[in-house]
Amino acid sequence: MTTTSEPPKAGFHPSQLIYDTRYRSLTIQVIAFIALMLGLSWLVSNTVANLQALGKDFDFGFLGQRAGYDINQRLVEYDSTSSHARAALVGILNTLLVAVLGCALATVIGVLAGVLRLSKNWLIAKLMAVYVEGFRNIPLLLWILLIFALMTEATPQPRDFREGGDAAMILGDTVAITNRGVFIPAPFWGAGAGILLAVLLLSLVAIFFWRRYAHRTQEQTGRILPIGWGTLGLLLVPVTVAFLALSLTSGRQVQPVLATGASEGMTLADYAGSQQAINACTVPFSTESLNLRRLMRANDLRFNLVPVADGAEAIAAAEAGRCNILSLPASTIAASVPAGAVALSDTITRGNPVEFERPILGGFNFEGGLQLRNSLIALWLALSLYTGAFIAENVRGGILSVSKGQTEAAFALGIKPSRTMRLVILPQALRVIIPPMISQYLNLTKNSSLAIAVGYMDVRSTLGGITINQTGKELEGMLLLGLFYLVTSLVISGAMNVYNSSVKLKER
Amino acid sequence: MKKSVLFGALTVTGLVAGAAQAATLDEVKERGELNCGVVTGLAGFGAPDANGVWEGFDVSVCRAVAAAVLDDPTAVNFVPTTGQTRFTALASGEIDMLARNTTWTFSRDTDLKFDFVGVNYYDGQGFIVPTALGVSSAKDLDGATVCIQTGTTTELNLADFFRNNNMSYEPVPIETNAEGQQQYLAGACDAYTTDASGLAATRATFENPADHVILPEIISKEPLGPLVRHGDNEWADIVRWTLNALIAAEEYGVTSANVNELAAAPGSNPEVNRLLGTEGELGAMIGLESDWAKKAIAAGGNYGEIFEKNIGENTPIGLARGLNAQWTNGGLIYAPPFR
Amino acid sequence: MSDTHSQTVSYVRETMLPQAEPPVSNRGAILWLRENLFSGWFNIVLTLVSLYVIYWALAHTLPWVVSGIWNAGSLSECREIRDATLGEGASAACWAVLVDRWQQLMFGFYPSELYWRPVLALVIFLAAIAPVLFAQVPRGALWFTAVSPFVMFWLLWGGSAWFPVAVALGFVLGWAAWRALAPMAGTLVAAIVSAALPIVYWFYTAGPLARELEQVVGIGIEYVPSQDFGGFMLSFIIGIAAIILSLPLGILLALGRQSDLFIINKVSVGFIEIIRGVPLIVWLFTASLLLNYFLPPGTNFDLMLRVIIMVTLFAAAYIAEVVRGGLAALPKGQYEGADSLGLSYWQSMRLIILPQALKISIPGIVNTFIGLFKDTTLVVFIGLFDPIGLSNAIRATTEWNGIYWELFVFIGLLFFICCFSMSRYSLYLEKKLQRGHK
Repeated sequence: MTTTSEPPKAGFHPSQLIYDTRYRSLTIQVIAFIALMLGLSWLVSNTVANLQALGKDFDFGFLGQRAGYDINQRLVEYDSTSSHARAALVGILNTLLVAVLGCALATVIGVLAGVLRLSKNWLIAKLMAVYVEGFRNIPLLLWILLIFALMTEATPQPRDFREGGDAAMILGDTVAITNRGVFIPAPFWGAGAGILLAVLLLSLVAIFFWRRYAHRTQEQTGRILPIGWGTLGLLLVPVTVAFLALSLTSGRQVQPVLATGASEGMTLADYAGSQQAINACTVPFSTESLNLRRLMRANDLRFNLVPVADGAEAIAAAEAGRCNILSLPASTIAASVPAGAVALSDTITRGNPVEFERPILGGFNFEGGLQLRNSLIALWLALSLYTGAFIAENVRGGILSVSKGQTEAAFALGIKPSRTMRLVILPQALRVIIPPMISQYLNLTKNSSLAIAVGYMDVRSTLGGITINQTGKELEGMLLLGLFYLVTSLVISGAMNVYNSSVKLKER
Repeated sequence: MKKSVLFGALTVTGLVAGAAQAATLDEVKERGELNCGVVTGLAGFGAPDANGVWEGFDVSVCRAVAAAVLDDPTAVNFVPTTGQTRFTALASGEIDMLARNTTWTFSRDTDLKFDFVGVNYYDGQGFIVPTALGVSSAKDLDGATVCIQTGTTTELNLADFFRNNNMSYEPVPIETNAEGQQQYLAGACDAYTTDASGLAATRATFENPADHVILPEIISKEPLGPLVRHGDNEWADIVRWTLNALIAAEEYGVTSANVNELAAAPGSNPEVNRLLGTEGELGAMIGLESDWAKKAIAAGGNYGEIFEKNIGENTPIGLARGLNAQWTNGGLIYAPPFR
Repeated sequence: MSDTHSQTVSYVRETMLPQAEPPVSNRGAILWLRENLFSGWFNIVLTLVSLYVIYWALAHTLPWVVSGIWNAGSLSECREIRDATLGEGASAACWAVLVDRWQQLMFGFYPSELYWRPVLALVIFLAAIAPVLFAQVPRGALWFTAVSPFVMFWLLWGGSAWFPVAVALGFVLGWAAWRALAPMAGTLVAAIVSAALPIVYWFYTAGPLARELEQVVGIGIEYVPSQDFGGFMLSFIIGIAAIILSLPLGILLALGRQSDLFIINKVSVGFIEIIRGVPLIVWLFTASLLLNYFLPPGTNFDLMLRVIIMVTLFAAAYIAEVVRGGLAALPKGQYEGADSLGLSYWQSMRLIILPQALKISIPGIVNTFIGLFKDTTLVVFIGLFDPIGLSNAIRATTEWNGIYWELFVFIGLLFFICCFSMSRYSLYLEKKLQRGHK
């Protein structure tokens, strides 16, 4: 299009706008621009007129209003009195959570299935082919619905864990797999957790240097150091030692349990029998709270938690009668004990740097611990399996694209098959695999908007669903929703493109 | 020619189809069809049968209006709407009226710019729980996991109920009723909550209905009724008084069996005469023919007949009249006088 | 080896031994088993695990599938039959729902005496894409391809035949304007006029013209409103319509993205990235909730058409990327060759670049179509009766309330058959094209 020609002798003539290649592109662009602007202004003016006719305004004020609905899975604090903006934030975090988890698992599944599909084992190769084709050719929505229903049907309900039921907790009564989700012990930081964390960080640094040293040694001398075992040892040994040391030194502190209206030397069980209800003043997520709850659960007691900000407030609350049981570290007790409170005969032995709260079967459901909800797991599995099938094909294509001579050359050099895969095939295959993988990650993130099918409250269900429905602000809500997905997609593709250019064949 | 809305769009004749904000009545008459928004499928209230013919309690209201306006109860174009799309469909003029178990609330009537023309079913939100749970009251549900259908007022009611009673709960939002049933039966939630009418319909389909109990508490008021766009009062009057005609017909003993006979000549009851157009000019006042109510009643029977046929005690849904009995029988169903 | 040598050395065998069978452990099924399933401890473990997985899956599903009940009028009847024949609480599918409602799952509420129309439309579609996909078909058949969308539209919706004719006339008008103006006023003016003229025609003349013609000579078949469309027919219509309509737009976008013109390039990139960055379900909600806001007040059209428009725009962005891949795969010499022949931009695109680029893009386009076809299930969220939406409606009737798995299994199976065969076809095409290149 851009041909150089002699500058015209005469001055500018309007017909040049059409016939002169130097100006024509400009003319086309101006016309296109005007058409675009006209189209846009047509849309905007229509929207304004329609909104006016409906008596609606364009305003984001609804974000500040009270949302009024509850969300079961929330990564930040939220209840039905929070604002719509907060509900949207909860949804955004949930979307990001399932997207990150999904991308990770999909990669693992995809690489495994892709490699196994090339396996010499006929049965497993065919099985993987069935998996890949099955997931690639049936709509994701159907898979999400099926996996969700399958999980609820196949796993026991909490009721079955009661006596006489046919289900039991696994791994030494710490994990319960139910059709409402998987309950696992929840970690809580105790005394000395900071030291433990510091040790962990130090060992990570040590691992980094060990790996660098091993690589350098290999490059210089050809000696191969045990990188894997060294890493594992460095990761586990110091932390374990520190944990044991900290537990032994601080794990013996004894802390009294204070109860108002109790007599000296009463046991917790007796006290509970004498009271109508047990209200425990605790600081949420503190070690004291955890230990107290553990003690009461061990005694099979039902209790209410009264959340307080700190020890002083707990004492004030107990004196005001808002709660009748509390447990505070010995240091604060010495300063002040709530009026009328006495120590029970049960005591709490202060815990380890990291405490795990086990889930315990409560009235309707398991209580305590960490609940990985079924909706999250089902969506996570469905998204990962679906995307994994596509990634498997990319991986297979990538591996096949590496010429057979590479493998043979590696074998000729006496490199073990596993190392051949890791050091020769995969680095070359990655160049082919990564670009389509980026778009699979993007697809997974966008597909997470189907979360509503399993009742997972992602941003589409909160902001784009209930909020729009309750406030009638479709235009604003959809705009925000679209913007969120757009920005997320651009960020993901941007980040992955940076990574891609780092593994790309460097051409010099 | 059947008006092709589709073609209108293909030719981008927004300008041709443009004068849509004119009187809805004229538009419906010109079109020869009533566009009625209904549910995508709710047992007893609206669902297509094996031949694709829509049937149900809410559907009958559409048919009655079509009969009154167009003299043909089948001249209805049923537009299935979801909880999320129903209001937009009505606001944009895609449908002329919405008869889709929609709760009459203040903000919907005012802020969303609709007019509820009456109540055809007084409902309330309830809970169903397995008998084995040993729960006899909703107040015992502290800490329970509760399945709810999203996109409706139910989740707001539920949040308010548990908050007011200072109880905790875990909501499990569910997109469709079918999924809600499946989750509940598998024990993924302790209780399932939706409108009491829906609960009864759901329970009726269980393999062992006796193993499940509907708790006595009704935690909300859910007056369900048809609604139209705000601003076209003539049209709102037609829908409102068609509904009232069905209700009044039951009160005065006018049924689909005897309506033709009663409408043939003026009888002894002047109210019936006015209703059926044998006396006075009520039809003309709302721009319809004088026998509009007769047609509406003949389409599917009076309110009581519609109730019994679709959701009454002899159907699998098996709902008692309860609050929805005539006011003369101690219910809330009450039509203003026809005069 | 010389002959003499072999004769002189007597201890060398003079005749060949007949080939012996390999040992039992090294032939036939046993060899195959050993090589493919039990060639090492790792493989043995994999095999055993796979066998267990297969056994487990079959043991849980097969009895349910096989002992399914095919003849019943409702779910409760199904349960009665099951209790009578298989015993209380046995696991058995109730396939009777499919017998009762399979027509709805396939055609929605389309009048049953008119089923031949969508079937014929599908046949026409298959015939129309033949000239595009197979080079052996004579080029003249492309005219049939050009006309077929109007015929398909008329067959599906029915109504007066003059409406599609009047719409088609718009394209003829544009083409005529181009032919008339291009030699006189230059390509730029001709392009603008031939784009603007049909739009004006469609806006103001097409509707009345068709109505007049209809009154003079009425040719029409029974009109079927879009509300009656449903089931797999709906999925096919949305998928096929979107892919056909998005092709021209997608090609233009791909060219725009490669263009040197700053504004056109940026607009194309922006459009593609915005569409691709946002999930289809959000676009569908936009179609159902917002599209009416963007059109002149009072405009109101069919939800299905709005969905087709939105899905078309969505597909166009993906097609554009596929076509861009095809354009990028062409050697630069093709572009330079076209330039050196003195062809204008559009001439070189039309005659040299696009035919080649589109040919290598076909597998990608088929894959896009498969994805789109699967994604049509999302319309259930805006109240259209695709197969999943219909399954919800079927469950809402009193007879079938409470049925769950059977419908999903059927829908999944049908989707699998459709998509799998298409993906096989695209694979075959890909292989054929690769051979063509080498």
